[in-house]
This record gives sequence, C-alpha cells and structure tokens, in this order.
Amino acid sequence: MSDTTTTAGVAAGTVTATTGRAMSDQAAGPAPDMLAWTCPAPLRDQSRVVMGHGGGGALSAELVEQVFAPAFGGPELSSTTDAAALELGGARLAFSTDSFVVRPLFFPGGSIGDLAVNGTVNDLAMSGAQAVYLSCGFILEEGVPIDVVTRVADTLGAAARTAGVHVVTGDTKVVEAGHGDGVYVNTSGIGLIPDGVDLRPQRVVPGDVVIVSGPIGVHGVAIMSVREGLEFGVEIESDCAALNGLVEAMLAVTTDLHVLRDPTRGGLAASLNEIATASGTGVVLQERAVPVPDAVANACAILGLDPMYVANEGKLVAFVPRERAEEVLAAMRAHPLGAGAAVIGETVAEHPGMVVARTGLGGTRVVDMPLGEQLPRIC
Amino acid sequence: MKYIDEFQDPGLARRLLDEIHATVTRPWALMEVCGGQTHSIIRHGIDQLLPKQVELIHGPGCPVCVTPLEVIDKALEIASRPGVIFCSFGDMLRVPGTGRDLFQVRGQGGDVRVVYSPLDALRIAEQNPEREVVFFGIGFETTAPPNAMTVHQARKRGIRNFSLLVSHVRVPPAIEAIMRSPECRVQGFLAAGHVCSVMGTAEYPELAARYRVPIVVTGFEPLDILEGVRRTVLQLERGEHAVDNAYPRAVRAEGNPAAKAMLDEVFEVTDRAWRGIGVIPDSGWRLSERYRDHDAEIRFSVEGIDTREPAACRSGEVLQGLLKPHECEAFGTLCTPRSPLGATMVSSEGACAAYYLYRRLDLGSARRQGQASSAPGAPSAPFPADASANVPPLEGSSVV
Repeated sequence: MSDTTTTAGVAAGTVTATTGRAMSDQAAGPAPDMLAWTCPAPLRDQSRVVMGHGGGGALSAELVEQVFAPAFGGPELSSTTDAAALELGGARLAFSTDSFVVRPLFFPGGSIGDLAVNGTVNDLAMSGAQAVYLSCGFILEEGVPIDVVTRVADTLGAAARTAGVHVVTGDTKVVEAGHGDGVYVNTSGIGLIPDGVDLRPQRVVPGDVVIVSGPIGVHGVAIMSVREGLEFGVEIESDCAALNGLVEAMLAVTTDLHVLRDPTRGGLAASLNEIATASGTGVVLQERAVPVPDAVANACAILGLDPMYVANEGKLVAFVPRERAEEVLAAMRAHPLGAGAAVIGETVAEHPGMVVARTGLGGTRVVDMPLGEQLPRIC
Repeated sequence: MKYIDEFQDPGLARRLLDEIHATVTRPWALMEVCGGQTHSIIRHGIDQLLPKQVELIHGPGCPVCVTPLEVIDKALEIASRPGVIFCSFGDMLRVPGTGRDLFQVRGQGGDVRVVYSPLDALRIAEQNPEREVVFFGIGFETTAPPNAMTVHQARKRGIRNFSLLVSHVRVPPAIEAIMRSPECRVQGFLAAGHVCSVMGTAEYPELAARYRVPIVVTGFEPLDILEGVRRTVLQLERGEHAVDNAYPRAVRAEGNPAAKAMLDEVFEVTDRAWRGIGVIPDSGWRLSERYRDHDAEIRFSVEGIDTREPAACRSGEVLQGLLKPHECEAFGTLCTPRSPLGATMVSSEGACAAYYLYRRLDLGSARRQGQASSAPGAPSAPFPADASANVPPLEGSSVV
C-alpha cells in the first residue's frame, strides 16, 4: 500500500467489462471523511429482541445494562454476579433466579428438571452459599402430555434431593398451543453465605491463579448433538451437576477464594471476560492447559466453533490467591466433580478487562466476549 | 485427537519455524487465499512467529465476506415472504444486507433456520410439502458440490418445493484478478486445500507460469500452514514458481472426480460479483438450464434487486490484500463485529474480524501509518521462552 490514501475501497458492484481487467483503478484523492460515511450495515441498534440477547454474551449484558438495570435500580441489584448477596435479619442471604427453556427437554446426561435445580443451586454456590430452598414455576404449553410433565417433575425432584435442597413453593401457568415450547421452568433459590466468605470479581487482584474444575464444553455439545441430530461418533453426556458440594470442599480449605463463576451460556470465555472487566485485571490463559475432551474438540472442529464459548452445566472457574492455589486445586481434585480440575492461567495488571490466550505454538490471541450466539461456520 | 493433535505439535512447529527463519534472506509477501486459513493463522498466532520478512496477506477466500450485498438483499426478501422456510448455514445469518440481517428477519416472524447440510433443507422440504423451502447456496468449490447434489436429488425425487439461492464462486479466477491488479504485492500463494480436494490442482500451473508465482496447496492446521509457508518461501528464495501440494493427505492432483462431475451436471460457469471487489469474469457458478426451475432467484422473481453498496467500507482493499485490517481508519472504532461496516468484520473468517477478535492486544486502536506493515506484534525470536514458567505446575491436567 502506498502512503497516499485512496478513495474508499473499490466500489462493490462496479461492473467491469469482461476483458479481463477485473479491478477498477484506484484514484488517489483526499482522505475520506469517515464521519460522513454511511454505514451499509447499521446494526448498532436492535429494535427487536434477537436470539443473541439470550446468549449470555455482549448482547445479553447490554439488555441488562440498558433496559433492566435502569428500570429496577436499587443498590442490591448486581449485574456482575449470578446471585444477589443480601443482609436480612442478621443473616447473609444469597438469592438467585433462573429460567430454563432448553430443547429437547430430555438429553443425554440430564433433563430440563436437572438443569432447573442445578442451575440455581450453582448460581447460589458461586457466591459461596449453600442453597436451602427453591421455588419452582412451570409454564406449560397446551397439549403437552401429562407424562412428559411428570417425567420433568420427577427428574427435578430427584435432582433437588441429590443437591440437598427443598422445593418449597411453586406456580403453574398454561399457554395456548403454539405459544410455548412444551415446558418452561423457572426456579429461584435462597441460601446462607457462611461467615468470612466474600466472593466478588472486585476481589480479584493481579497474580491470582485461575482454575477450572474440569473439561469444558461438554453440555453444549451434548445438547447440540441431539438438538441438531449431529452424530459425533460417540454419545456425549451433559456434565449437568450441582456444584454446592465442590464449593463446600473448596471453602473448607480456605474461605479466601476471590471469585467463582459457573460458565454456562457463553462458555468459559464469557465468564473470564466478565471477571476481567469487573475486576479491572487482565487474564492470561495457557491454551494447552484448558481441558477439552476429544469429543468436544472434534465436534467443535467439525462445526467451526470454539470450545471456549460452548456452555457448561457442571463446571466452575475459580480465581484463587496464588499462595492458596495448590491446596485449593488438591481439594478440588479430591472431589468427584473436580477430578479433572486444572490450572489454566493467571491474572495480570496488564491489559485490564482483556482475556489473552497464549497459544500452543507460543503466539497470543485475545479471547473475546461472545457477541450473541456462536454460529457454525460455512467451511 | 487423531489428525488434529499431530498437526498442532509445538515441537514440530518450532522445527518448521526454525527452517523458515533459516531460509528467508529478504522480504516476501504471501497470500493465504482461504478465510479458514486466515482464521487459523491469527487464532494460533502463526503470523507473530514467522520471520519479520514474511508478510501474510489475507485473501478473498471467505465465502461470507465476498457474497455481494445484493445477494444478501435477495435472501432477506425471499426469507420475508410468507410460507417460505429459508435455510442457511449459521454464519450467513449475521451478515448485514441493506439495513437488516437474517436474524432480524427471523425476529420479525420469518421462518429462518440454521442447517448443517443442504440435505437437511431438502428433508425439511419433503416434510413440508405445502411450504417453499429455500437453501442459501453460497461459498467456494468446497460447498458447491453438496449443493449441486442436493438440487440433483430434489430433481430426481420430484421435490418441487425446494430451491437454491445460488451465489457460488471459484478461486482460480480470483487469484487471476488479484495478480492482474496493478497494485498487487503478492509474490506467492497458499492455495486453499479444501478447494483443491474437490477440484484438484489442474487449474493452477497455468496461473503459476503466467504470473511467475509459486502456488502451494496448503491445509488448515498450524503445521499445515507452516509447511505451506516453508515451501513457498523456499521456491521464492530459489526463484522458482511451481505448483506444489503440501496437503497430500487430503488433495490428489485430479481432485474428486465424482464431485466435479456433479458440478458439471448441475452448474454452469458465470460471471460473479464479489463483495468489495466487483465483477470477476467466469468466477462463479449458477444453476444450468436443466435445473433452472430450482433457482430461487427466478422462482421468487428477485433477479431485479440491484443493490449498489455505498463506498463506505474498505473491505474490498482488504479482500484484495491491498490493506491490512488494522490499517483502515474505521478498524475497531467505527467498525467492529457488533456494528460492522463491511462483511470482512462480520464473518469469523473475515480478516477484519479475525484481527479484531484475536489481535486487539497488539494493535490497540491502530491507525494507518501509511507504510507497508509487517504482521502486528510479531516477536523477532522464533519462539518465546516457555510460557508456562510463571504458572503453577500443570501436571495432571488433561491437555488438548
């Protein structure tokens, strides 16, 4: 490129004679006035909800920041954690809610009932709280077989017993056929935050060690394999699990964990970006240290997806003070749900708010916040 | 993982990099044609590890990026029609047409579905005989054969409610167009391995001879790309310009005869417009006369849509290798994946998006310096010191 600025681009649609000179010459001219340009892709403002608003990425965050937070206000409303930490009658409560709209309702390794319990139990666990009580709201579509509802309720009850929580209140609504997707579930939960536990991204400091509790991307690939009818050669079971026991085991080693997050929608990349942004530190990952099962790597390679952005339902990522990292890692590996735990990186003072991966070859790349939905690539 | 791990081995990569470093004596500009290669290069940081003298120019081989605005507008129009089920590969949904994308059409009630194969769309057509099912057939020689086969199947099985919106493009005419450009700086090509796995290599010797450029058929994993670079640089240093196959595990000289026969049966060569570049003669395919009744453009009478793109985005220069993404004034400020000025910022294979997603650390909000640049942030040492030294031991963690 010479150092004279050219007129902006070769106008697309320039119809050239078919003499073989397929490119028009570019005339040198004054620098284009960028601000006068009209954008051919004015997608800045979404006037309607798109699926990406529910993807756990940048679009979701904007919806919360621009629509919900201003409307609800209030000092207790936290947009940087999955559960609110509240003082009530001298006790420290964690309170969280989550809705579940998964299709199909039953998938390898779990069901919407398991997700509904574990999702909320895990959101509470990430603030250090042991979930005690859950509410459960069903939105049912007219025409759904009762035995489907029964199976969902049974798996939900079984998951609650496994996690040691009690469903104590509920609600049911029915929408007309065609206005729902069979069964939607919302659960809310409360639990007590133990004394001395304060898990917030703001507590993260440079030098913290980043630990993930096991192989990533499993749930997302399991769902994709059944939802899209994709065969990956092996059946992949969701990692759906309640993490309250694992968190308890970690807190038994030290209450001085800085932050925990369960990387569900948007995957590990979204969680790491949220924490980097909220804490004002940079995160450096060793790409080869991030545990990715072969089946997930294969599926992602076929579809052109990145495992870092694929959902998990039974994993957590922990930011731990360096001097405590080894004990915490050992405690995690001693627990069935942390057997595959691995140190994947650390926090640094450089590039605050940015997650950077050292690639296996020794290069670096930014691991960005996902925008909306991850899209399978064409080729 | 078989066939992935072996081609990402750091030790072997180091050896290839050392060889490239030892071979290079002066600056060379190589173009990787395929967007998949661009993505791999930037994602793995390969450009940062090559010698400073080796510049990688990112070519026009991203099917999403080069699909003209008017084709997107035709897709939006068809997808908005009542009764239509519009099927597409995922990454076309976010590509902006005039003022909206397929996601927004879906949000406004259009039946737009992501499929993983054109045959899925054909199955949907079979299951919904009362609906018109359209598949968005875009891409290079890689995606054209399955699309051809799907139309062939539709004809054979009498599935009349299936049609294809076709905007297929071919690599060799694009290479020729790039080489004919008076500003062309490309001295050697990494040809797209998957395109050659279909088409073989017969189209390339003439180009290599006419423009005196080495053309090395290259795969997509890090070692594949390094081997392609190594062989291209070796030829350049020796003053040679041959066609070389560095991807023999996937590419035979004759290509895939069955796929080529299917292409000949269903498609015919035509002039095609490339977004950001303009019309390149004989650079695409359309449905041949026999299959014209499965042509969505004709079926939905959208041939007349003729969108002129405002000359707002410099992606044409990026697609031709005349401009590095971060040398554009709009990069990372006015133009991001969230609010793309052009298609190269939309698709994950687009050079601008790859730079934005993976290279912001090195680039900051880079501005054009008005000089030919090497790859940003390239360390001169072939390999940095062991990067895991400052992290607690990783033994026992499963490593991909």
